[in-house]
Amino acid sequence: MNPILTIFWKEVRENLRDRRTVLNTLLTGPLLAPLLFVLLINIAVTRELDKAEKPLPVPVVGAEHAPHLIAALKQAGAEIKDAPADPERAVREQDADLVLRIPATYAEAWAKGEPAQVELIYDQSQRDASASVARLRGMLEAYGQRTGVLRLVARGLSSNTIRPVVVANRDQSTAQARGGLMFSMLPYFFILGAFVGGMALAIDTTAGERERQSLEPLLVNPLGRGAILTGKLGATSAFALTSLLLSIVAFSVAGQFMPTGRLGMSLAIGPRFALLTLVAMLPLVVLLATLQTLAAAFAKSFREAQTYLSLLMFVPVIPTLLLSMFPLKTQAWMYAVPLLGQQVTLMRLLRGDVVTPAQLALCFAATALAALLAWLAATQVYRSERLAISG
Amino acid sequence: MIEVRDLHKAFGAVKAVDGVSFAARDGEITGLLGPNGAGKTTTLRMLYTLMRPDRGQVVIDGIDAAADPLAVRRRLGVLPDARGLYKRLSARENIDYFARLQGLDEATRRARIDALVDALDMADIAERHTEGFSQGQRVKTAIARALVHDPNNVILDEPTNGLDVMATRAMRTFMRKLRDEGRCVLFSSHIMQEVGALCDRIVVIAHGRVVADESPEALREQTGAASLEDAFVKIIGSEEGLAA
Repeated sequence: MNPILTIFWKEVRENLRDRRTVLNTLLTGPLLAPLLFVLLINIAVTRELDKAEKPLPVPVVGAEHAPHLIAALKQAGAEIKDAPADPERAVREQDADLVLRIPATYAEAWAKGEPAQVELIYDQSQRDASASVARLRGMLEAYGQRTGVLRLVARGLSSNTIRPVVVANRDQSTAQARGGLMFSMLPYFFILGAFVGGMALAIDTTAGERERQSLEPLLVNPLGRGAILTGKLGATSAFALTSLLLSIVAFSVAGQFMPTGRLGMSLAIGPRFALLTLVAMLPLVVLLATLQTLAAAFAKSFREAQTYLSLLMFVPVIPTLLLSMFPLKTQAWMYAVPLLGQQVTLMRLLRGDVVTPAQLALCFAATALAALLAWLAATQVYRSERLAISG
Repeated sequence: MIEVRDLHKAFGAVKAVDGVSFAARDGEITGLLGPNGAGKTTTLRMLYTLMRPDRGQVVIDGIDAAADPLAVRRRLGVLPDARGLYKRLSARENIDYFARLQGLDEATRRARIDALVDALDMADIAERHTEGFSQGQRVKTAIARALVHDPNNVILDEPTNGLDVMATRAMRTFMRKLRDEGRCVLFSSHIMQEVGALCDRIVVIAHGRVVADESPEALREQTGAASLEDAFVKIIGSEEGLAA
């Protein structure tokens, strides 16, 4: 048998016997992230929708000053409640999402036909409350507008007088694209799945082998160090790939249970998405496995290698963060940058946008080239004398 | 047959090996004796091509190690200083892994492993995972995997390190058996009695140089010392690092 295959199968077999590695590779890495993701989105969406449909509780201070306004709010779906003693503090401490305060001067201003002020007390930084605030503000504005129109009509004027410009919204995003915005973190989860999947082996086959003093005997066998490295990389990549495959399958299944329809979105999760994702990710899996092995090869011990790899884990998040902070227009060169290329490709696939074969090929080839360079670098490290010495 | 000619190896400013030459012949046990830090392990590492000498030549069975390291490794069975096993594999799987890497076919592998399991008296541990093995069981497994390809030359770095009395005796018997089979056996040690009891020839290394290359008897006669230990102290010129 080819010595590379011998090394490959030995590493696979040995690591399959390690329960912790198997759990991390086959469960934690690939399943936890997508499932958690789906669960969180589900909870967020459901809460958001429930809030929109349920009556909106509105604590009001001084309701007796504006019986008309209160009646209108009740009609619009607000549930008027007694206000807490100190509204500002209640909002700051998140005991209430918002409080409406109607000052005593309201009735007087209203009677004179002057702008009557109401105070809306809320906390902008409290994202959870923003939907409620927007709803109440909408109700108040609608009431104000309706009253204004009635007053104009009473004076014999057309309501158009105060509406010189009307905006009509024409949203060009497709239902899938709206979904995509929400799922911009997803490529990172896939990349993370592959990363976690390869981690245990990358450490075990390099720093681990050195720490348990089995590297030197291994290197005495009559085969080149390139072959040893390639066999080990193959095993690491195989575990990472398994992890990724499970990630994609888990997400494809769990994705069906996401309430995307209720939000008017649709996601293109299907066999085609799974297949093209796999193609785009394949060279990245090898690249990550090689980088992990390279980083771990510099480490003297298992623990040191774990530290290096934990730091390396932050690298894949960079393009994800960049793209979510600066939503750049997709440019051709992006496909040629490993990680960024996968991010862009996966996002477009998820949104149902077209990814041409040329773009996919560029993404694949560029990352494959990077993987090859990393492999060459790792071979150089493996040839060094320092690597072999355990003590 | 192992020939070493004028080996040099420096780590930074430290000259670990500084002009070592000797020969270990087939059918003999050659002992590399020296205090800790004398350069024994570094010399052996250059012999089994793990390290490249700065200067000098290693020739195994007529093959230059620098020119064809793979051919040289095929002719060597090595028990290095580091002798870690794969703990999630059984002893037999550990040995079989190296047999495959040596390129042996399945029938040869089975025959060789059975023979070694028998010769090293490890039938009771062969199918067990090596996690939790005693030091002696670990060394046996490491030796079996080092010799699985039936090499003509055997290099053992401190083979009895950490072994109890019984295991040490068994190891000595096994080394004599290897010699009687006509192999070239080279081992390093810092333990006097062991070298005296086993070796046909002693190469004493101190401070990276060969300071004596004789038979045990000749060594005693040459120095006029009554015991080998006294001879050793005279040769290296101090008692430093002597842990007999």
